[in-house]
Amino acid sequence: MIDPVLHAWGWEIPVYLFLGGLAAGLLFFSGLYYLLGKENHYPAAVRKAPVLVPVILALGLFALFLDLHHKPYFWRLYTTIKFQSPMSWGAWTLMIVTPLSMIWAALHIKEWFPRWDWKFQWLKDLEIFLSDYKKTIAWAMALLGVILGIYTGILLSAFNARPLWNTSILGPLFLTSGLSAGSALIMLLSKDHHERITFARIDLIVIGIELFFIIHMFMGFLASTQVQIDAASIFLGGELTAPFWIFVVVLGMLVPAALEVMELRHFKVPVIIPVVLILFGSFMLRWLITNAGQLSRYLY
Amino acid sequence: MRYAMAIDTKKCVGCSDCVVACQTENDVPIGYCRDWVVEVTDGTYPQLETEIRSERCNHCDNSPCVRCCPTGASHYAEGGIVLVTHEKCIGCSACIQSCPYDARYTHPEGYVDKCTFCLHRVKKGMEPACVAVCPTKCMYFGDMDDPNSPVSKVLKTRKYKVLAPEAGTKPNVYYLI
Repeated sequence: MIDPVLHAWGWEIPVYLFLGGLAAGLLFFSGLYYLLGKENHYPAAVRKAPVLVPVILALGLFALFLDLHHKPYFWRLYTTIKFQSPMSWGAWTLMIVTPLSMIWAALHIKEWFPRWDWKFQWLKDLEIFLSDYKKTIAWAMALLGVILGIYTGILLSAFNARPLWNTSILGPLFLTSGLSAGSALIMLLSKDHHERITFARIDLIVIGIELFFIIHMFMGFLASTQVQIDAASIFLGGELTAPFWIFVVVLGMLVPAALEVMELRHFKVPVIIPVVLILFGSFMLRWLITNAGQLSRYLY
Repeated sequence: MRYAMAIDTKKCVGCSDCVVACQTENDVPIGYCRDWVVEVTDGTYPQLETEIRSERCNHCDNSPCVRCCPTGASHYAEGGIVLVTHEKCIGCSACIQSCPYDARYTHPEGYVDKCTFCLHRVKKGMEPACVAVCPTKCMYFGDMDDPNSPVSKVLKTRKYKVLAPEAGTKPNVYYLI
């Protein structure tokens, strides 16, 4: 009579977690390399990628909105701040990140549309005014990128009722996954060989850290209570074992890492292949963890 | 005041009268329920033991659903009863994910719904609908701060357990064993 599997969250949440992580990665690299004065070394990362961020965030927010069942009341998120609720923190983080990322994008829009005209004088004045604060905004972008990236994992890890999510390593794991997705997209956007090589190197390091976190996550589960051992077994012999190890670890991390190593060794690898694999792996990580979490539960 | 419920697993026959009474009393949409009956069989044949439990929201003292609710829709009401204010609920499902007892569901109208311990009846001095109809009288309800309430009295004389105590939620539904 009772459905033992929880289906509270469908595709919307993993799609948002992926897009949020990707946006976080792009914002972080853009802010960081602007502050390091590498604007001309890494034009795709600093100037091109930020324009995509508001679009990615808007799609993610739309997915979040679709997930709500009582949609006309969504504004209730912004009539209160609940310090104990990660979702409240997330809603307010997005409220800050989204407009700031739009400003950051507007300051770089001429990178995509060289003949862009703001039409109204007050918009032009605003652009000049905001240009003076570029450094401050870059700081905000780098910091908020990290917060947004970690938050996508914290959202899940705060639920102790779903033992598979209930590990604080999900925050750093999703952050590295977002940074990996961000550096992959920058590789795709970049026309500069030197920039591509740099971001391939960054991505290799990030993938290494991500693998370390995944191994650590399982070590933590297996050393914990029966509830968490059972939860981890979903990926260690249980029903989602094959998709996790094949799609996330092999196709999403190891194969693109090998292709990036080949690229660094001067083999010609079409950049689109590792990029698509990394984005796919990053999405599958969130998709599978969101679903597996809902399969895991307390035993009584 | 602290409302609690005790359910005698030795007397419950799993008839589901509590489920139907709740659905009728609270106008629960067809196909949904705020309480339900589980039957757990442990052991190896022929040494088997079966426990029948009528389950519902545990109205925990330390409710993860109240903590994680981003709008404050889930809250503690009179006597520690956990309620959802429909007009504040955005239907994000965070509370559903946070509940180790899976006691909540999304109402077809969009908000999240669950057992209220029939607060509307309790305020009038009546028992919750499920307790009132139980044909084996296996449920006890009352104020834990009142030593003479049915629930306080039965918990003094009988052994009991709560579900998933390791989740740290401090539930207020006790199962007599």
